[in-house]
Amino acid sequence: MQLNLNKLHLKNIKIIMSNSYFKVIRAGINTTFQDKGRNNLYHIGIPFSGAMDNRNYLLANKLVGNKLDLPVIEFAYQGPLLKFYGDKVNIVITGDVVFKIRQNDKEIDGNCYETYELKNKDEVDILSTNKSVYGYLAISGSFDLKLQWGSCSINTKANIGSNEGKKLQNDQEIKIFMLNENTNKKKIDYLNSKIENIRIMKGTNFDYFSDNGKKTFLEKEYTVSKLSDRMGMRLEGSKIENIVNTNIKSEGLLKGVIQVPADGNPIIMLSDHGTIGGYPKIAVVASVDYDRLVQISPGSKIKFKEIELSDAETLFKLYEMETQNLLSQI
Amino acid sequence: MIKNISNLGDAALYCDFGDEVNKEINSDVIKYFNSIKENKIKGVNNLTPSYNKLIISYDLKVTNFREIKQEIEKLSLSEDTKTIGKNLEIPVCCDVSFSLDIERLEKKLSIKRDQILENFFNKEFFCYMTGFIAGMPFLGDLDEQMRAQRLETPRVKVPKGSVGMTEQFANIYTFESPGGWNIIGNTPLEVFDSSKETEPNLINPGDAVKFKQITFEEYKNYNEQ
Repeated sequence: MQLNLNKLHLKNIKIIMSNSYFKVIRAGINTTFQDKGRNNLYHIGIPFSGAMDNRNYLLANKLVGNKLDLPVIEFAYQGPLLKFYGDKVNIVITGDVVFKIRQNDKEIDGNCYETYELKNKDEVDILSTNKSVYGYLAISGSFDLKLQWGSCSINTKANIGSNEGKKLQNDQEIKIFMLNENTNKKKIDYLNSKIENIRIMKGTNFDYFSDNGKKTFLEKEYTVSKLSDRMGMRLEGSKIENIVNTNIKSEGLLKGVIQVPADGNPIIMLSDHGTIGGYPKIAVVASVDYDRLVQISPGSKIKFKEIELSDAETLFKLYEMETQNLLSQI
Repeated sequence: MIKNISNLGDAALYCDFGDEVNKEINSDVIKYFNSIKENKIKGVNNLTPSYNKLIISYDLKVTNFREIKQEIEKLSLSEDTKTIGKNLEIPVCCDVSFSLDIERLEKKLSIKRDQILENFFNKEFFCYMTGFIAGMPFLGDLDEQMRAQRLETPRVKVPKGSVGMTEQFANIYTFESPGGWNIIGNTPLEVFDSSKETEPNLINPGDAVKFKQITFEEYKNYNEQ
């Protein structure tokens, strides 16, 4: 048994052992298990990982009556087609996602932020994340997953986490470990807001760039490249001119750090980033904008807007209050 | 010691120990790293020591830049926070199928292959830091005449186990990964083992590392013994 029963126990929720499972009919493009991620491992080269869009991750767990840090299925662009085998399970999908639910001969269009009860052999078919990138599927209960360093989050580049550190594969089974009993249908009205202006603070190598380079970075539009993934978001646009050096002595990185390599195109570090890097750091994305940044799809245009540290702290507090407020309405 | 503390975004402290790369400065970084770990400062959720910087990440829901900066400034380092390293020997095979950039290096350095390898295998390296990918050690220092720049166009895939050189440093690719270091050989050793949760890294900061050349036969048989 890999999960601690006490950890999963919630007030007013009865938990039952389960032998039900999902069969993965189609795995989707980049489908992984994610949770809150793992701390205190940067120094050995292991990043946080965890759900890219934290708010949508929390909302998914809350809607199905789970503890907020349980693993969910994260998917990007085209999601999985899953078939349920068992008595019944409640599921929810969060994000900006187009999906269908097939029960017997009936097919319904699913709504995000609304729970659905699946019975034996029902299917959930996640067609697309629309104009966003990541979506989440949570079940009322917990998947049977292996934890590594306290988290099941899959980091496919280092093969760390549950599912042997690999994306979900066609035909595999996802075992359900336990189910919550007596879960009611739940629903909230929530619309993901989109952003084009990404708020940033100056990075530690801001002065490596020419006045023109700084101006370019703060005033021009950039296009999100197709080469973006959970490690980083590559941007294309006007080149940012460097006047000091195209390399620095390798040092730590964080999610949200914007590096500019020799070719002058910025790269934003995301949740599975390399922990050390040697390109100058022109800026860092404010935490308040991270959830919405990762949802910007390739081909979209973005611009950067500089703010002060104190503003970034206040804005994050407000964003966090808003998240807590949403959770408390469920 | 720390020359300057600034913010790196809104959720990290950037401690600058200077621009030079040497064992003394790196030992100071490691001392702070150990001391912060021992003191368990509220809200700190990651530490990244490197050659001459230490990045302290914190949970912005719990604390902020001002609070963590105060905590770091009042840390007193005891003299006995030392960095005791292990001595390690890493087998490396330099068969043509593994030494992907040896010819490029011969040209860049104007040194013949045999002399490059002789110099490399006689050197005792010091591990400054680990990271980029899980468990990758950054080892120094190569002699002046052995220092070459990165590849101009990085490889999309460097094979797992590759041993590379760049500037004064050597490293080992613990996973297949993109990378731009000059590759001279490959080790059959598992340098990172994720099944060991408490100590997944074979090589840690402060360790002394020597490489030992092995034949292709020895390489093939290495994991079958």
